[in-house]
Amino acid sequence: MATEADSTSSSDDIDWRSESSSVEMSRRDRLEEFYRHSIYEPAVVAWSDRRTRVGMVILSVYLLMALVEVLGLWRNPSPSQAERLLPPFQNWAYPLGTTQSGVDLLALIIDSTPFILLMVLAGGVWATGIAVLVGTVSGYKGGAVDTVITSVSDFFMAIPGLPLVIILAITFSPENPIFLGMILTINYWAGLGRSIRSQVLSIREASYVEAARTMGTGTSRIILKDVMPNIMPYVMVNFVLAARYTIFASVGLYFIGVLPYTGQNWGVTLNNAYNQGGLFTMQALHWLLVPIVAIVGLAFGLILVSQGMDRIFNPRVRTRLTGESESVDEESENETTSTWA
Amino acid sequence: MNYYLRRTLRIPLTVLAVATLTFGLIRLLPGGPFTQLRIQLIRQGVPVEQVNARIEALQNIRPDAPLWQQYLDYLVGVAQLNLGQSISLNQPVMEVLARAIPWTIFLVVTSTVLMFVIGVLIGAVQAYWEGSAFDQMASGGSIFLMAVPYYIFAVVFLFFLAFQFNLFPTGNAVDRGVEASLSVEYFASVLHHAALPILSFTIGGIGSTALNMRGNGIQVLGEEYVEVARLRGLSDSRIATRYVAKNAILPMYTGLLLLIGFRLGGTVVLEQIFSYPGLGYYLIAAVNANDYPLMMGCFLVITVTLVVAVYVADLTYGLIDPRISAGDSDGY
Repeated sequence: MATEADSTSSSDDIDWRSESSSVEMSRRDRLEEFYRHSIYEPAVVAWSDRRTRVGMVILSVYLLMALVEVLGLWRNPSPSQAERLLPPFQNWAYPLGTTQSGVDLLALIIDSTPFILLMVLAGGVWATGIAVLVGTVSGYKGGAVDTVITSVSDFFMAIPGLPLVIILAITFSPENPIFLGMILTINYWAGLGRSIRSQVLSIREASYVEAARTMGTGTSRIILKDVMPNIMPYVMVNFVLAARYTIFASVGLYFIGVLPYTGQNWGVTLNNAYNQGGLFTMQALHWLLVPIVAIVGLAFGLILVSQGMDRIFNPRVRTRLTGESESVDEESENETTSTWA
Repeated sequence: MNYYLRRTLRIPLTVLAVATLTFGLIRLLPGGPFTQLRIQLIRQGVPVEQVNARIEALQNIRPDAPLWQQYLDYLVGVAQLNLGQSISLNQPVMEVLARAIPWTIFLVVTSTVLMFVIGVLIGAVQAYWEGSAFDQMASGGSIFLMAVPYYIFAVVFLFFLAFQFNLFPTGNAVDRGVEASLSVEYFASVLHHAALPILSFTIGGIGSTALNMRGNGIQVLGEEYVEVARLRGLSDSRIATRYVAKNAILPMYTGLLLLIGFRLGGTVVLEQIFSYPGLGYYLIAAVNANDYPLMMGCFLVITVTLVVAVYVADLTYGLIDPRISAGDSDGY
């Protein structure tokens, strides 16, 4: 009984009785270990990067807006709730100003935040999930499996995204954000899967993978333990890119008025501003700019976070990004490269 | 050789698959493929007994034939470059699209090449002077550019340069009254009209290209073979082009193939904003007018364009990168 206490005590003596019991970690130790390794340390690394910090702050602003909407802490948008075309930062009851028909712009933006976030998440997860599955399996397996998967994804790659989405949108009228996110990235996975496949092809030839194969390790285990960690940074960055694509595509399609909508969202607001005279007067400029800032801000936050993600997975990037060579081999590398012009 | 043959044979197969998809989509569309048409035709005052015949003329599909028959008719029509009759424009779909294709290709190719060249140059300079003030600025700028979708640039340019300052036209591909010819006037007009769409479409892609190139460049500069090349006493210019540039740009080339697809799709929004009479513009016009034959024709043609573009790029990629055919049965 006393062994547990002994082994955790700060005394440096080796307690011979504790050998048998302290080898097995208690569940709490394991959880702590996991937390430290998989959550705390990466978080510290990520947080140490200024870009990730800014990105995280930006994203939490959006989450906060979604929360405000879900809890109903801000008024809902409706016409004539304020005077028309109120400029931003004039009246603090309507901080972002109002539209031509007197709708509170901030309410408009907040109103559709949960929808947009859900859609973006769905699009990103869907696209990268399928791409990783397809890319790793076909790249690692090769042979007939590879041929079939490649042919299918080639077919999907041959279809330009937006036109297909437009036609599917007419067909299904997707109004559920998750479904819409999946439709928007309906063929995004194909190209991503292809590049993951080519990366897996080169990883497959690496000596340590070959060693694992020789030892008779199972395919799924090799893919999980040897291949995945290598493509993970790439996958994370592409998750963000897929999310970005989802935002851009959805807003673009709402903007040109081919997606069905109930109520307004950022793209629809942009469309209204554009079509109801926002282009012709400087007075309406904020009406165009507010949805633009909302879209760009979200994409910006995502990209910044993805840049920081890069560091979590790739310690070497750390010295690279700061532009200061901290490690020795970086130093020599810089010397060799800076001598020729 | 085998690979090229296979790759070439895949084109007709892909086109066939896409045509099948469009056929399926036509049938998926709300209210069935012909209900809309029926309503429209009857509204236009076409006698009820003639409606089927009219639909056949418009869609190349006999509404009363069995499904396989309709499918075959449709495929034969596509093979004969007959995509039916546009309802809203009252012209053969193929005629409309033949006018639109060059504009779209012009936009996409010009802007993609510009984007690639500018992005690669900026990224290369960044990689070379890694950590310099320029590098930091350009990196920040690139990240910002990545966060702004191209159509936002389009709207902003349109607002300021076209509507506020009247420096550029607000729509169309050429001035009215300028005849298509090899005259300077015609080309000037085309460039003037295409300037803003191309500019917005180019700027939208520079950020990611530059960041990519920077990453690749830094990686290649750290490779041992570069140092070995230096030790062998090769000239700097040779190292810069044959060793560094080639290996840094190569991986981006595959990315370019994917980009062409995304950008071709992106013209839908771009052309709409600038009222630029390309494929995307007609696609949206067809969607808004419920003009299914034109809509599907646009979709099919955009897709075939992409298939051909990717094919060309694939073949060249095989030529450029020797690693492609080694270690990989399929050729890329």
